Amino acid sequence: MYTQALDTAEAQSKPADTAAAARFQARIDAEQRIEPQDFMPEAYRRTLIRQISQHAHSEIVGMLPEGNWITRAPSLRRKAALLAKVQDEGGHGLYLYAAAETLGVARETLVDQLLAGAAKYSSIFNYPTLTWADIGAIGWLVDGAAIMNQIPLCRCSYGPYARAMIRICKEESFHQRQGFEIMLTLCRGTAAQKAMAQDALDRWWWPVLMMFGPPDAQSRHSQHSARWKIKRFSNDELRQKFLDATVPQAQFLGLTLPDPALAFDPETGHWRAGPIDWAEFEAVLAGNGPCNRERLEARRRAHDEGGWVREAARAHAEKRRAAKARAA
Amino acid sequence: MSADLSPLWEVFIRSRNGLAHRHAGSLHAADAEMALQAARDLFTRRGEAASLWVVPAAAIIASDPDEAGMLFEPTGSKIYRHPTFYEVPEDVGHM
Repeated sequence: MYTQALDTAEAQSKPADTAAAARFQARIDAEQRIEPQDFMPEAYRRTLIRQISQHAHSEIVGMLPEGNWITRAPSLRRKAALLAKVQDEGGHGLYLYAAAETLGVARETLVDQLLAGAAKYSSIFNYPTLTWADIGAIGWLVDGAAIMNQIPLCRCSYGPYARAMIRICKEESFHQRQGFEIMLTLCRGTAAQKAMAQDALDRWWWPVLMMFGPPDAQSRHSQHSARWKIKRFSNDELRQKFLDATVPQAQFLGLTLPDPALAFDPETGHWRAGPIDWAEFEAVLAGNGPCNRERLEARRRAHDEGGWVREAARAHAEKRRAAKARAA
Repeated sequence: MSADLSPLWEVFIRSRNGLAHRHAGSLHAADAEMALQAARDLFTRRGEAASLWVVPAAAIIASDPDEAGMLFEPTGSKIYRHPTFYEVPEDVGHM
Protein backbone atom coordinates (compact mmCIF):
# COMPACT_ATOMS: atom_id res chain seq x y z
CA MET A 1 0.00 0.00 0.00
CA TYR A 2 0.88 3.53 0.63
CA THR A 3 2.02 5.45 -2.34
CA GLN A 4 1.45 9.13 -1.97
CA ALA A 5 1.80 11.97 -4.38
CA LEU A 6 4.57 13.74 -2.55
CA ASP A 7 7.27 15.33 -4.55
CA THR A 8 8.00 13.97 -7.94
CA ALA A 9 8.70 17.38 -9.39
CA GLU A 10 11.52 17.16 -11.84
CA ALA A 11 13.73 19.51 -13.75
CA GLN A 12 13.34 19.54 -17.51
CA SER A 13 15.56 17.03 -19.21
CA LYS A 14 18.20 18.41 -21.50
CA PRO A 15 17.10 18.33 -25.13
CA ALA A 16 20.21 16.27 -25.86
CA ASP A 17 18.54 13.59 -27.89
CA THR A 18 15.21 14.92 -29.00
CA ALA A 19 14.66 12.22 -31.61
CA ALA A 20 15.10 9.48 -29.00
CA ALA A 21 12.86 11.41 -26.62
CA ALA A 22 10.16 11.65 -29.28
CA ARG A 23 10.41 7.91 -29.96
CA PHE A 24 10.15 7.32 -26.21
CA GLN A 25 7.00 9.44 -25.92
CA ALA A 26 5.51 7.67 -28.94
CA ARG A 27 6.03 4.32 -27.20
CA ILE A 28 4.34 5.66 -24.06
CA ASP A 29 1.44 7.03 -26.13
CA ALA A 30 1.05 3.61 -27.75
CA GLU A 31 0.69 2.12 -24.22
CA GLN A 32 3.94 0.18 -24.54
CA ARG A 33 5.78 -0.66 -21.33
CA ILE A 34 9.27 0.73 -20.77
CA GLU A 35 11.78 -1.86 -19.54
CA PRO A 36 15.05 -1.25 -17.63
CA GLN A 37 17.37 -1.55 -20.63
CA ASP A 38 15.25 0.67 -22.89
CA PHE A 39 16.07 4.29 -23.60
CA MET A 40 14.38 6.70 -21.21
CA PRO A 41 14.85 10.43 -20.59
CA GLU A 42 16.84 11.18 -17.45
CA ALA A 43 13.92 13.10 -15.96
CA TYR A 44 11.68 10.02 -16.38
CA ARG A 45 14.29 7.87 -14.64
CA ARG A 46 14.74 10.33 -11.76
CA THR A 47 11.00 10.83 -11.32
CA LEU A 48 10.49 7.08 -11.09
CA ILE A 49 13.38 6.52 -8.69
CA ARG A 50 11.95 9.18 -6.43
CA GLN A 51 8.35 7.94 -6.61
CA ILE A 52 9.13 4.22 -6.28
CA SER A 53 11.60 4.76 -3.42
CA GLN A 54 9.14 7.02 -1.57
CA HIS A 55 6.56 4.31 -2.05
CA ALA A 56 8.99 1.66 -0.72
CA HIS A 57 9.91 3.81 2.29
CA SER A 58 6.19 4.27 3.01
CA GLU A 59 5.69 0.51 3.13
CA ILE A 60 8.59 0.06 5.52
CA VAL A 61 7.71 2.97 7.81
CA GLY A 62 4.07 1.89 7.54
CA MET A 63 4.93 -1.28 9.45
CA LEU A 64 5.58 0.78 12.59
CA PRO A 65 2.15 2.19 13.55
CA GLU A 66 0.52 -1.22 13.17
CA GLY A 67 3.43 -3.15 14.63
CA ASN A 68 2.67 -1.17 17.77
CA TRP A 69 -0.47 -3.30 18.30
CA ILE A 70 0.66 -6.81 17.33
CA THR A 71 1.41 -7.85 20.90
CA ARG A 72 -1.85 -6.34 22.16
CA ALA A 73 -4.31 -7.55 19.52
CA PRO A 74 -7.55 -8.59 21.24
CA SER A 75 -7.61 -12.18 19.92
CA LEU A 76 -5.38 -14.73 18.26
CA ARG A 77 -7.36 -14.31 15.02
CA ARG A 78 -6.77 -10.55 15.00
CA LYS A 79 -3.13 -11.03 15.93
CA ALA A 80 -2.46 -13.52 13.13
CA ALA A 81 -4.16 -11.22 10.60
CA LEU A 82 -2.26 -8.14 11.76
CA LEU A 83 1.03 -10.01 11.72
CA ALA A 84 0.32 -11.19 8.15
CA LYS A 85 -0.58 -7.64 7.10
CA VAL A 86 2.58 -6.11 8.55
CA GLN A 87 4.64 -8.89 6.97
CA ASP A 88 3.02 -8.10 3.61
CA GLU A 89 4.05 -4.47 4.02
CA GLY A 90 7.66 -5.48 4.59
CA GLY A 91 7.46 -7.63 1.47
CA HIS A 92 5.89 -4.82 -0.55
CA GLY A 93 8.71 -2.51 0.48
CA LEU A 94 11.20 -5.05 -0.83
CA TYR A 95 9.36 -5.52 -4.16
CA LEU A 96 9.44 -1.77 -4.61
CA TYR A 97 13.11 -1.33 -3.71
CA ALA A 98 13.86 -4.05 -6.27
CA ALA A 99 11.81 -2.17 -8.90
CA ALA A 100 13.71 1.05 -8.08
CA GLU A 101 17.03 -0.77 -8.38
CA THR A 102 16.28 -1.66 -12.01
CA LEU A 103 16.68 2.08 -12.67
CA GLY A 104 20.32 1.96 -11.63
CA VAL A 105 20.26 2.93 -7.96
CA ALA A 106 21.35 0.67 -5.09
CA ARG A 107 18.84 -0.21 -2.39
CA GLU A 108 21.44 0.71 0.23
CA THR A 109 21.59 4.23 -1.20
CA LEU A 110 17.82 4.59 -0.95
CA VAL A 111 17.73 3.22 2.60
CA ASP A 112 20.53 5.60 3.57
CA GLN A 113 18.46 8.49 2.21
CA LEU A 114 15.50 7.42 4.36
CA LEU A 115 17.61 7.02 7.51
CA ALA A 116 19.32 10.36 6.92
CA GLY A 117 15.91 12.03 6.77
CA ALA A 118 16.54 13.10 3.17
CA ALA A 119 13.78 10.97 1.63
CA LYS A 120 10.04 11.34 2.02
CA TYR A 121 7.44 8.75 2.88
CA SER A 122 3.67 8.95 3.18
CA SER A 123 2.59 11.61 5.67
CA ILE A 124 -0.03 9.28 7.17
CA PHE A 125 2.50 7.21 9.13
CA ASN A 126 3.49 10.16 11.27
CA TYR A 127 0.25 9.84 13.23
CA PRO A 128 0.09 7.67 16.36
CA THR A 129 -1.99 4.51 16.87
CA LEU A 130 -3.52 5.23 20.27
CA THR A 131 -6.18 2.51 20.52
CA TRP A 132 -7.04 -0.83 18.93
CA ALA A 133 -9.68 0.96 16.84
CA ASP A 134 -6.84 2.77 15.07
CA ILE A 135 -5.83 -0.58 13.56
CA GLY A 136 -9.36 -0.89 12.17
CA ALA A 137 -9.29 2.70 10.88
CA ILE A 138 -5.89 2.19 9.21
CA GLY A 139 -6.99 -0.94 7.39
CA TRP A 140 -10.34 0.50 6.33
CA LEU A 141 -9.24 4.05 5.44
CA VAL A 142 -5.48 4.14 4.92
CA ASP A 143 -5.42 0.92 2.93
CA GLY A 144 -8.63 1.97 1.19
CA ALA A 145 -6.98 5.21 0.09
CA ALA A 146 -3.81 3.39 -0.89
CA ILE A 147 -5.77 0.95 -3.06
CA MET A 148 -7.38 3.87 -4.95
CA ASN A 149 -3.88 5.14 -5.64
CA GLN A 150 -2.34 1.82 -6.47
CA ILE A 151 -4.83 0.18 -8.82
CA PRO A 152 -4.03 2.67 -11.63
CA LEU A 153 -0.29 2.16 -10.96
CA CYS A 154 -0.69 -1.44 -12.17
CA ARG A 155 -0.90 0.16 -15.65
CA CYS A 156 2.05 2.49 -15.09
CA SER A 157 4.33 2.84 -18.12
CA TYR A 158 7.39 1.46 -16.33
CA GLY A 159 7.23 -2.36 -16.50
CA PRO A 160 8.97 -3.34 -13.23
CA TYR A 161 6.91 -0.84 -11.21
CA ALA A 162 3.65 -1.95 -12.83
CA ARG A 163 4.46 -5.63 -12.20
CA ALA A 164 5.35 -4.96 -8.56
CA MET A 165 2.06 -3.10 -8.16
CA ILE A 166 0.05 -5.99 -9.61
CA ARG A 167 1.56 -8.35 -7.04
CA ILE A 168 1.05 -5.80 -4.25
CA CYS A 169 -2.59 -5.09 -5.13
CA LYS A 170 -3.33 -8.82 -5.28
CA GLU A 171 -1.83 -9.46 -1.87
CA GLU A 172 -3.32 -6.39 -0.36
CA SER A 173 -6.95 -7.03 -1.07
CA PHE A 174 -7.44 -8.49 2.40
CA HIS A 175 -5.94 -5.49 4.22
CA GLN A 176 -8.88 -3.16 3.80
CA ARG A 177 -11.44 -5.86 4.54
CA GLN A 178 -9.77 -6.86 7.80
CA GLY A 179 -9.77 -3.19 8.88
CA PHE A 180 -13.43 -2.73 8.03
CA GLU A 181 -14.26 -5.92 9.92
CA ILE A 182 -12.51 -4.57 13.03
CA MET A 183 -14.55 -1.34 12.75
CA LEU A 184 -17.77 -3.28 12.20
CA THR A 185 -17.14 -5.46 15.25
CA LEU A 186 -16.49 -2.39 17.42
CA CYS A 187 -19.56 -0.60 16.04
CA ARG A 188 -21.77 -3.60 16.85
CA GLY A 189 -20.23 -3.89 20.31
CA THR A 190 -20.73 -1.89 23.48
CA ALA A 191 -21.24 1.87 23.54
CA ALA A 192 -17.64 2.26 24.70
CA GLN A 193 -16.38 0.17 21.77
CA LYS A 194 -18.41 2.19 19.29
CA ALA A 195 -17.10 5.40 20.83
CA MET A 196 -13.58 4.07 20.37
CA ALA A 197 -14.30 3.45 16.67
CA GLN A 198 -15.72 6.97 16.29
CA ASP A 199 -12.68 8.48 18.01
CA ALA A 200 -10.33 6.65 15.64
CA LEU A 201 -12.34 7.82 12.62
CA ASP A 202 -12.28 11.40 13.95
CA ARG A 203 -8.50 11.37 14.17
CA TRP A 204 -7.72 9.53 10.89
CA TRP A 205 -10.27 11.01 8.51
CA TRP A 206 -8.54 14.26 7.53
CA PRO A 207 -4.99 12.83 7.39
CA VAL A 208 -6.35 10.10 5.10
CA LEU A 209 -7.86 12.66 2.71
CA MET A 210 -4.45 14.36 2.66
CA MET A 211 -2.79 11.10 1.57
CA PHE A 212 -3.81 11.82 -2.03
CA GLY A 213 -1.50 14.81 -2.06
CA PRO A 214 -2.04 18.53 -2.61
CA PRO A 215 -4.97 19.78 -4.72
CA ASP A 216 -4.42 19.61 -8.49
CA ALA A 217 -4.11 23.38 -8.76
CA GLN A 218 -1.04 23.29 -6.50
CA SER A 219 0.43 20.00 -7.61
CA ARG A 220 3.88 20.54 -9.04
CA HIS A 221 4.44 17.31 -10.85
CA SER A 222 1.17 16.04 -12.26
CA GLN A 223 1.78 17.24 -15.81
CA HIS A 224 4.93 15.25 -16.47
CA SER A 225 3.72 12.18 -14.62
CA ALA A 226 0.47 12.19 -16.60
CA ARG A 227 2.25 12.62 -19.94
CA TRP A 228 4.58 9.74 -19.06
CA LYS A 229 1.63 7.61 -17.89
CA ILE A 230 3.17 7.16 -14.47
CA LYS A 231 0.13 8.77 -12.90
CA ARG A 232 -3.17 8.21 -14.65
CA PHE A 233 -5.53 10.07 -12.33
CA SER A 234 -4.99 13.41 -10.60
CA ASN A 235 -4.82 13.79 -6.82
CA ASP A 236 -8.29 15.36 -6.68
CA GLU A 237 -9.81 12.69 -8.94
CA LEU A 238 -8.50 9.91 -6.69
CA ARG A 239 -9.59 11.76 -3.54
CA GLN A 240 -13.09 12.11 -5.00
CA LYS A 241 -13.27 8.40 -5.86
CA PHE A 242 -12.23 7.54 -2.32
CA LEU A 243 -14.77 9.91 -0.81
CA ASP A 244 -17.63 8.52 -2.90
CA ALA A 245 -16.69 4.96 -1.97
CA THR A 246 -16.13 5.61 1.74
CA VAL A 247 -19.05 7.81 2.84
CA PRO A 248 -21.62 5.01 2.40
CA GLN A 249 -19.34 2.64 4.30
CA ALA A 250 -19.20 5.05 7.25
CA GLN A 251 -22.98 5.30 7.12
CA PHE A 252 -23.24 1.52 7.18
CA LEU A 253 -21.07 1.47 10.30
CA GLY A 254 -23.29 4.13 11.87
CA LEU A 255 -20.31 6.45 12.34
CA THR A 256 -20.20 10.19 11.69
CA LEU A 257 -17.49 11.63 9.46
CA PRO A 258 -15.88 14.60 11.23
CA ASP A 259 -16.75 17.03 8.45
CA PRO A 260 -19.75 19.29 9.09
CA ALA A 261 -19.56 20.58 5.51
CA LEU A 262 -19.76 17.12 3.94
CA ALA A 263 -22.68 17.09 1.52
CA PHE A 264 -24.05 15.04 -1.34
CA ASP A 265 -24.32 16.88 -4.63
CA PRO A 266 -27.33 15.35 -6.40
CA GLU A 267 -26.43 17.05 -9.70
CA THR A 268 -23.08 15.31 -10.08
CA GLY A 269 -23.80 12.32 -7.85
CA HIS A 270 -20.63 13.04 -5.86
CA TRP A 271 -19.96 13.68 -2.18
CA ARG A 272 -18.29 17.02 -1.49
CA ALA A 273 -15.89 17.36 1.44
CA GLY A 274 -15.23 20.52 3.40
CA PRO A 275 -11.90 22.36 3.14
CA ILE A 276 -8.76 20.36 3.97
CA ASP A 277 -6.19 21.91 6.31
CA TRP A 278 -3.18 21.87 3.97
CA ALA A 279 -1.04 23.68 6.53
CA GLU A 280 -1.16 20.50 8.63
CA PHE A 281 -0.14 18.40 5.62
CA GLU A 282 2.82 20.69 4.90
CA ALA A 283 3.89 20.61 8.55
CA VAL A 284 3.82 16.80 8.66
CA LEU A 285 5.76 16.57 5.40
CA ALA A 286 8.30 19.04 6.74
CA GLY A 287 8.99 16.68 9.63
CA ASN A 288 6.74 18.20 12.26
CA GLY A 289 3.94 15.65 12.52
CA PRO A 290 3.16 13.96 15.84
CA CYS A 291 5.50 10.98 15.22
CA ASN A 292 8.06 11.96 12.55
CA ARG A 293 11.06 11.79 14.88
CA GLU A 294 9.90 8.61 16.57
CA ARG A 295 9.39 6.84 13.21
CA LEU A 296 12.85 7.72 11.91
CA GLU A 297 14.47 6.81 15.20
CA ALA A 298 12.73 3.43 15.13
CA ARG A 299 14.00 2.81 11.57
CA ARG A 300 17.54 3.86 12.47
CA ARG A 301 17.55 1.67 15.54
CA ALA A 302 16.25 -1.33 13.56
CA HIS A 303 18.92 -0.74 10.92
CA ASP A 304 21.72 -0.44 13.45
CA GLU A 305 20.59 -3.41 15.51
CA GLY A 306 20.36 -5.54 12.36
CA GLY A 307 23.91 -4.62 11.37
CA TRP A 308 25.49 -7.69 12.99
CA VAL A 309 23.09 -9.98 11.11
CA ARG A 310 24.11 -8.54 7.74
CA GLU A 311 27.74 -8.74 8.75
CA ALA A 312 27.43 -12.35 9.92
CA ALA A 313 25.59 -13.37 6.73
CA ARG A 314 28.37 -11.89 4.60
CA ALA A 315 31.12 -13.50 6.71
CA HIS A 316 29.36 -16.87 6.53
CA ALA A 317 28.94 -16.64 2.75
CA GLU A 318 32.59 -15.65 2.40
CA LYS A 319 33.74 -18.55 4.58
CA ARG A 320 31.68 -21.04 2.58
CA ARG A 321 33.05 -19.66 -0.68
CA ALA A 322 36.61 -20.00 0.61
CA ALA A 323 36.00 -23.57 1.85
CA LYS A 324 34.53 -24.54 -1.50
CA ALA A 325 37.49 -23.03 -3.32
CA ARG A 326 39.92 -24.99 -1.12
CA ALA A 327 38.06 -28.25 -1.71
CA ALA A 328 38.08 -27.75 -5.48
CA MET B 1 27.36 1.52 3.51
CA SER B 2 29.01 -0.19 0.55
CA ALA B 3 29.94 -3.04 2.94
CA ASP B 4 26.22 -3.81 3.06
CA LEU B 5 25.98 -4.56 -0.64
CA SER B 6 24.92 -8.15 -1.13
CA PRO B 7 24.44 -9.93 -4.47
CA LEU B 8 21.18 -9.70 -6.42
CA TRP B 9 19.25 -12.89 -7.18
CA GLU B 10 16.44 -13.48 -9.64
CA VAL B 11 13.60 -15.61 -8.30
CA PHE B 12 11.60 -18.10 -10.37
CA ILE B 13 8.49 -19.88 -9.10
CA ARG B 14 6.86 -23.07 -10.30
CA SER B 15 3.31 -22.51 -9.17
CA ARG B 16 2.01 -26.02 -9.79
CA ASN B 17 3.33 -29.39 -10.78
CA GLY B 18 3.59 -29.56 -14.56
CA LEU B 19 4.08 -25.85 -15.17
CA ALA B 20 7.36 -24.10 -15.99
CA HIS B 21 9.20 -21.89 -13.51
CA ARG B 22 8.28 -18.25 -14.05
CA HIS B 23 10.15 -15.11 -13.08
CA ALA B 24 8.63 -13.59 -9.92
CA GLY B 25 11.09 -10.85 -8.97
CA SER B 26 14.47 -10.27 -7.43
CA LEU B 27 16.04 -9.96 -4.00
CA HIS B 28 19.35 -9.46 -2.23
CA ALA B 29 21.04 -12.20 -0.20
CA ALA B 30 24.57 -13.04 0.85
CA ASP B 31 24.49 -16.58 -0.53
CA ALA B 32 22.30 -19.07 -2.37
CA GLU B 33 20.87 -20.70 0.75
CA MET B 34 19.78 -17.39 2.23
CA ALA B 35 18.45 -16.32 -1.17
CA LEU B 36 16.19 -19.40 -1.21
CA GLN B 37 14.98 -18.71 2.33
CA ALA B 38 14.29 -15.06 1.52
CA ALA B 39 12.52 -16.03 -1.72
CA ARG B 40 10.29 -18.37 0.24
CA ASP B 41 9.38 -15.61 2.72
CA LEU B 42 9.03 -12.90 0.12
CA PHE B 43 7.24 -14.55 -2.79
CA THR B 44 5.34 -17.56 -1.42
CA ARG B 45 3.30 -16.28 1.54
CA ARG B 46 0.05 -17.55 0.02
CA GLY B 47 0.87 -20.99 -1.31
CA GLU B 48 2.09 -19.67 -4.66
CA ALA B 49 4.86 -22.20 -5.12
CA ALA B 50 5.55 -25.89 -5.62
CA SER B 51 9.21 -25.15 -6.35
CA LEU B 52 11.66 -22.22 -6.31
CA TRP B 53 14.76 -21.31 -8.29
CA VAL B 54 17.16 -18.53 -7.39
CA VAL B 55 19.73 -17.48 -9.99
CA PRO B 56 22.52 -14.92 -9.51
CA ALA B 57 21.31 -11.91 -11.50
CA ALA B 58 24.85 -11.45 -12.81
CA ALA B 59 24.69 -14.90 -14.44
CA ILE B 60 21.86 -13.94 -16.78
CA ILE B 61 22.87 -13.05 -20.32
CA ALA B 62 20.25 -10.84 -21.93
CA SER B 63 19.73 -9.84 -25.54
CA ASP B 64 20.43 -6.21 -26.34
CA PRO B 65 17.20 -4.20 -26.71
CA ASP B 66 18.86 -2.17 -29.47
CA GLU B 67 19.17 -5.39 -31.44
CA ALA B 68 15.58 -6.45 -30.89
CA GLY B 69 14.66 -5.45 -34.44
CA MET B 70 17.50 -7.35 -36.01
CA LEU B 71 16.84 -10.40 -33.86
CA PHE B 72 13.08 -10.69 -33.90
CA GLU B 73 11.62 -8.76 -36.81
CA PRO B 74 12.69 -11.16 -39.60
CA THR B 75 10.13 -13.74 -38.46
CA GLY B 76 7.34 -11.23 -39.00
CA SER B 77 7.39 -11.90 -42.75
CA LYS B 78 7.69 -15.66 -42.43
CA ILE B 79 3.99 -16.32 -42.24
CA TYR B 80 4.48 -19.73 -43.91
CA ARG B 81 5.64 -20.95 -40.50
CA HIS B 82 2.05 -20.79 -39.28
CA PRO B 83 -0.58 -23.42 -40.11
CA THR B 84 -3.10 -20.79 -41.22
CA PHE B 85 -0.84 -20.01 -44.24
CA TYR B 86 -1.93 -23.23 -45.93
CA GLU B 87 -5.20 -23.91 -47.63
CA VAL B 88 -6.86 -27.23 -47.06
CA PRO B 89 -10.27 -27.87 -48.73
CA GLU B 90 -13.10 -28.08 -46.27
CA ASP B 91 -14.00 -31.57 -47.50
CA VAL B 92 -10.71 -32.86 -46.12
CA GLY B 93 -11.91 -32.14 -42.61
CA HIS B 94 -9.81 -31.32 -39.60
CA MET B 95 -6.06 -31.47 -40.12
